[in-house]
Amino acid sequence: MTFETTSSARGGGTGGGARGDDGDDGYTPSARRLERERYKRARARRATAVAALSTLVTGAVLYLVITGSPGWQRTRETFFSAEYARMALPEVLDGLLLNLRLLAVCGVCVLVLGLLLAVARTLRGPVFFPVRALATAYTDFFRGLPLIICLLMVVFGVPALRLQGVTNDPVLLGGTALVLTYSAYVAEVFRAGIESVHPSQRAAARSLGLSNAKTLRYVVLPQAVRRVVPPLLNDLVSLQKDTGLVSIAGAVDAVYAAQIIAGKYFNYTPYVVAGLVFVALTIPMTRFTDWVTARMDRRRAQGGTV
Amino acid sequence: MTAGDTPVLRLESVRKTFGRDRVVLRDVSLDVAPHTVTALIGASGSGKSTLLRCANLLEEIDDGAIFLDGEEITDPRADADAVRRRIGVVFQSYNLFPHMTVLQNITLAPRRVLGVPREEAAERAGELLARLGLGDKAGEYPDRLSGGQQQRAAIVRALAVRPRLLLLDEITAALDPELVGEVLSVVRDLKDEGMTMVLATHEMGFAREVADQVCFLDGGVVLERGTPAEVFGAPRRDRTKRFLRRIVEAGRL
Repeated sequence: MTFETTSSARGGGTGGGARGDDGDDGYTPSARRLERERYKRARARRATAVAALSTLVTGAVLYLVITGSPGWQRTRETFFSAEYARMALPEVLDGLLLNLRLLAVCGVCVLVLGLLLAVARTLRGPVFFPVRALATAYTDFFRGLPLIICLLMVVFGVPALRLQGVTNDPVLLGGTALVLTYSAYVAEVFRAGIESVHPSQRAAARSLGLSNAKTLRYVVLPQAVRRVVPPLLNDLVSLQKDTGLVSIAGAVDAVYAAQIIAGKYFNYTPYVVAGLVFVALTIPMTRFTDWVTARMDRRRAQGGTV
Repeated sequence: MTAGDTPVLRLESVRKTFGRDRVVLRDVSLDVAPHTVTALIGASGSGKSTLLRCANLLEEIDDGAIFLDGEEITDPRADADAVRRRIGVVFQSYNLFPHMTVLQNITLAPRRVLGVPREEAAERAGELLARLGLGDKAGEYPDRLSGGQQQRAAIVRALAVRPRLLLLDEITAALDPELVGEVLSVVRDLKDEGMTMVLATHEMGFAREVADQVCFLDGGVVLERGTPAEVFGAPRRDRTKRFLRRIVEAGRL
């Protein structure tokens, strides 16, 4: 929902009502300014009213269409039963702890590995050819491989090798598979950021006598990382949901917990509960992404209303 | 008042602040008559650029009003895009679009905003480019041109929509003396053709030669305003005298 007011409120403190106190030059707002602000406030009120009304209408229409459908009674019992929801919620939340732990550990590994891969791909010079080639092959392979297949191969393939000292823990193996796939994605995001830094920046740093590595470290990467924060957070949200896939290895996470109950009672409500829990977890992350992006835009812009 | 002497641009007690206590323009009033050139001079940070950005509605003013051809453009009901179509702007740092060729930069607004057919837009762009000595650069990307060439391309881009008024924001600040001459001669030609212009500049010699009206901005107001002969020859205010003396000492007048 974007109200019309935001554009006018941004313009250097104009929309915020007449203040006589900015500056210390005895300035008093003119009748012209007061009239202009009155008009803007009226327009803002109208925009809010229109938004509220259209939201209300949309909600009412959706409600009527869904509850009026012929199968609604059955659907409500199978998918939206309050009784099963109450039963499933504690189990699902219990399982969710595993998802969160996976997200925290995998997220950090993915960011580090992704950055290393991206840097490896941008290294210059013939000595680094094998590093470059390996990093390229890695990203090509794991970006193309469907996550579910990667997961199956790691989770069931690695234990089948019966290697000494290698874990059989489905959580650890599942986490590894997630890191393998996601670091390939994130590496490409980082690389796009690195390549979006204008060549003149590199030239300016090199002309100051900084080596290639120092140029990368102090000039290119800081700009590149800042630029790719929104897509990175996007990938993190995606990773958060995909932690649910480790359930196929038998680890009891939120999804598997829901599946157990659903299987026992032939009722799908636990799935809905698990889904909603994931959505509830994603929303703060998305808002955080928006906030970070907006803040970056504000700090970079030279001001103005366009 | 007859239609003939309605100023093209008119500022009435314009006030612009950034944040709570940075007052950039305190109370600026200014008239720009048709087919005249107004030069804004003043120290860095005196609000020359802000004034031009306000006139093009890139900044929202806090108080006062700005009129274009007698019509208030700072009214919240005014259509900002329609206003901007009538005003051309050339920025200090060119602001050419790096992902487009010079020709694409120039024909973007005529084609997408005014709906001019591609051939016609390209033809007009070609004429303007040839006149400004860039006839062979139409297919180049901006990054491959010299500063003077980029600035001339930016001027062509602003002219391509046949603006009523041209705002030039320190367009020679980033150029070496030879390129400065190249860009200034373009401005001189535009003046001879009757284009109405407002330019913020540090080139006092040029302002003296080309301007019909010189405004000295200081402390958020137009401290002194008059013909070049009046402002440069016989400044009335101490502040103006001091500013000009420093300019002379720096060898820039």
